[in-house]
Amino acid sequence: MKHRYLPTTDQDRKEMLETIGVDSVQDLFEDIPEAIRFKGELKVEKQLFESELIRYMSKLSSQNANTLENASFLGAGVYDHAIPSVVDHVIRRSEFYTAYTPYQPEISQGELQAIFEFQTMISELTGMEVANSSMYDGPTALAEAGLLSAGQTKKKKIIVSKTVHPEARAVIDTYARGQRLSVVEVDSSNGVTDLDKLKQEIDENTACVMVQYPNFFGQLEPLPDIEKLVHEQKAMFVVSSNPLALGRLTPPGELGADIVVGDCQPFGIPAQFGGPHCGYFAVTKKLMRKVPGRLIGQTTDENGQRGFVLTLQAREQHIRRDKATSNICSNQALNALASSVAMSALGKKGVRKMAEQNIKKAHYAKTRLEEAGVETVFNGVYFNEFVIKVNGPIKELNRKLLTKGIIGGYDLGRDYPELNNHMLVAVTENRTKAEIDMFVEEVGGAK
Amino acid sequence: MSKDQALIFELSEPERISYSLPELDVPDIDLDEWLPEEFNRKTEPELPEVSELQLMRHYTALSKRNHGVDSGFYPLGSCTMKYNPKINEDVARYPGFAFVHPLQEEETVQGALEMMYNLQENLVAVTGMDEVTLQPAAGAHGEWTGLMMIRAYHEANGDFNRTKVIVPDSAHGTNPASATVAGFEAVTVKSNEKGLVDLEDLKRVVNHDTAALMLTNPNTLGLFEEQITEMATIIHDAGGKLYYDGANMNAIMGAARPGDMGFDVVHLNLHKTFTGPHGGGGPGSGPVGVKSDLIPYLPKPVLVKENDAYRFDYDRPQSIGRVKPYYGNFGINVRAYSYIRTMGPEGLKQVSENAVLNANYMMRRLQDAFVLPYEQHCKHEFVISGKKQKKLGVRTLDMAKRLLDFGYHPPTIYFPINVEECMMIEPTETESKETLDEFCDVLLQIAKEAEDNPEIVQEAPHTTVIGRLDETTAARKPILRYQKA
Repeated sequence: MKHRYLPTTDQDRKEMLETIGVDSVQDLFEDIPEAIRFKGELKVEKQLFESELIRYMSKLSSQNANTLENASFLGAGVYDHAIPSVVDHVIRRSEFYTAYTPYQPEISQGELQAIFEFQTMISELTGMEVANSSMYDGPTALAEAGLLSAGQTKKKKIIVSKTVHPEARAVIDTYARGQRLSVVEVDSSNGVTDLDKLKQEIDENTACVMVQYPNFFGQLEPLPDIEKLVHEQKAMFVVSSNPLALGRLTPPGELGADIVVGDCQPFGIPAQFGGPHCGYFAVTKKLMRKVPGRLIGQTTDENGQRGFVLTLQAREQHIRRDKATSNICSNQALNALASSVAMSALGKKGVRKMAEQNIKKAHYAKTRLEEAGVETVFNGVYFNEFVIKVNGPIKELNRKLLTKGIIGGYDLGRDYPELNNHMLVAVTENRTKAEIDMFVEEVGGAK
Repeated sequence: MSKDQALIFELSEPERISYSLPELDVPDIDLDEWLPEEFNRKTEPELPEVSELQLMRHYTALSKRNHGVDSGFYPLGSCTMKYNPKINEDVARYPGFAFVHPLQEEETVQGALEMMYNLQENLVAVTGMDEVTLQPAAGAHGEWTGLMMIRAYHEANGDFNRTKVIVPDSAHGTNPASATVAGFEAVTVKSNEKGLVDLEDLKRVVNHDTAALMLTNPNTLGLFEEQITEMATIIHDAGGKLYYDGANMNAIMGAARPGDMGFDVVHLNLHKTFTGPHGGGGPGSGPVGVKSDLIPYLPKPVLVKENDAYRFDYDRPQSIGRVKPYYGNFGINVRAYSYIRTMGPEGLKQVSENAVLNANYMMRRLQDAFVLPYEQHCKHEFVISGKKQKKLGVRTLDMAKRLLDFGYHPPTIYFPINVEECMMIEPTETESKETLDEFCDVLLQIAKEAEDNPEIVQEAPHTTVIGRLDETTAARKPILRYQKA
């Protein structure tokens, strides 16, 4: 069969078979026992020409409500932020996206340097000394932080606040079961971790305490108070953070965190129906040799020229096999690059300004909703999300909003039965005043 | 080309920007006042400040210091560095795929769900399994997911003593690592002189504590495990499950299916066989397929189709739970689906035939100059040893570095670990005979240089932007971030 991805001609095949010394390609498959050879045609969908594929995939794409044409107030871990055009121009350079892991540093300096820069940016934002080259996503990074803590402290109990993203908690449960660790969830009070209950749970068997900052409800957890409770019992303090928020909020690294993880999706990565995004993993220097995943280090060549290499690989599965710190191999390198470009494009001032606009616009939306008589719950400080209560199911409200070109917020009743008819509203810098006003009008009218 | 490449931080000057946000259009508030003291960031993160052109020049310069499949031949064994179709990149960026939130109401994402459902069905067909989940993010993640399901299956049968996972000595490092993370102990089974799993040794290590055997077929030597059905019987008779590492699926599409070989669980690397792409190390996608008796343990939610509509089923009491937020690396899955549709059933079969033809051709062209440890036909990749050259003082690492001077990415070296001084070559089906010939000619020339002029090989590379790097110092005194002098 002729295909544009398959260059071998009939003449090539003939010459190659001669060199090999067989009569047909089928002879090369003779080692597959007759009984398990596949005969007939795979029941795979039929081949499409490029023009047909474009039409079909365009049709599927058009069946999804997208956040370019609709104003999205949906966040809950994945956000609609401005993506500088340069991001896609960089990651579409095929020298980056068609390369493998930079195991041959002499011809991979571009990737290695770009990720070294990424590690630096994450260190800067989180206030931590060391950041790795990326993880699958924020929640799996958080789960791996649990495994690291258990390994480091030789303790088996992981404490997670219920204000951590529900899907992240579900992922932590699965990873913990793998390693036979116990997970204890701590209730919240007024939208943040209940300190009294947390204090009761932390004991000498606690490997770590995990909180999210800003938390799932958008609220800022009292990290200084939590830090004291955690370290009094010599447990590890693990904080999951939206890196954009850290452009304006005190970084967990300055508040005593041992491990800081999160997802870089807010920087240059479209929502893509949930993935691929880009987890980050940052630690204190003390934990440097326990980090999962790849690390890029600076060194020199024989002429003293600066260069970059994958380093401390003795932690990793391809060297250490069953004793590795993690089984992670592929990570999210291309998305780490995308985030680096976005952070560079926004720059030091832009990241701060963007973070500030999130707070200010969320503040405006919340104030306007309150003025319109909509009930807001939790009264702590927040970043770009807050919770409202409406009369009636969120699903119905969202259906109505979509007819006005608005993607409504997250239905908290899905994860918190006590928060039925509560909506988590996200307001990013991408929402205009006009859109916020319309949202307020629609929700206010429906309250 | 300048040999020194500044870090983006070194280009930074205060006040330069590459992106401008619209001015705030809502009433301003003073955040220094609004934020409580403990949350008000005082130390500014040192992020770069560059103009848009400076930014593009910086990353363009970096890209020029990087080798991808579009730059040149990339015969990296076990990684399937095939051509990454451009149409897939376009399709994945359609607004209804790229700009869709995972927590939107299901009725607003039916097109995305249809794509996922179709992809699952196609992967079922290619692997011969009964159901597929798209949730795992990459191969290793899929391995761990599959092993967690196997553990859940045994435990549901009241079988809590199956603590061991058997892996061949030639296995990918992720196999034993995933076994550990899933709470098992990895046990090694030896290979025989033909490069295949030693059945006698397998019988020796299998017993009532065996949870599973993990296997790649063809294996990491590129050889088909001919006795796979016998192995399946040994494992199944002992009550264990058979796990298929799909890293080498590019060899056998349409020729044999893991499901028909007796495998119970399969993961696929969509960034390998199904043109992902690799992205400099990720993101990948690692769907997992299972036979019917393991379906109850699939990660949740499970995508179901009812009356021509799609929805997620969360009511799965025996599920291992979530392995990832949302539904997997959807953007990579869009690309893989586009690829499958571009090839069709006949095309996928042709892919594997050409991949195997290319590998065998190169193996025969190179076998005399190097040591070929296993005589039989290979599948999509093969291993040769640089033992002869080592005697001349030229190591496989040196030959790999010398290949850089000719514009090639070297093969995988020193893996699998059971072949001395090995080079593992995987050409893939998207390379032309001319490319294979040119590469073989160069490798033969390097073998000759090892005899006539070993220094030129030992001191390679000579033409790259940087020489061999001091990895020892990098590890002893790690510098993992830029710090202003």
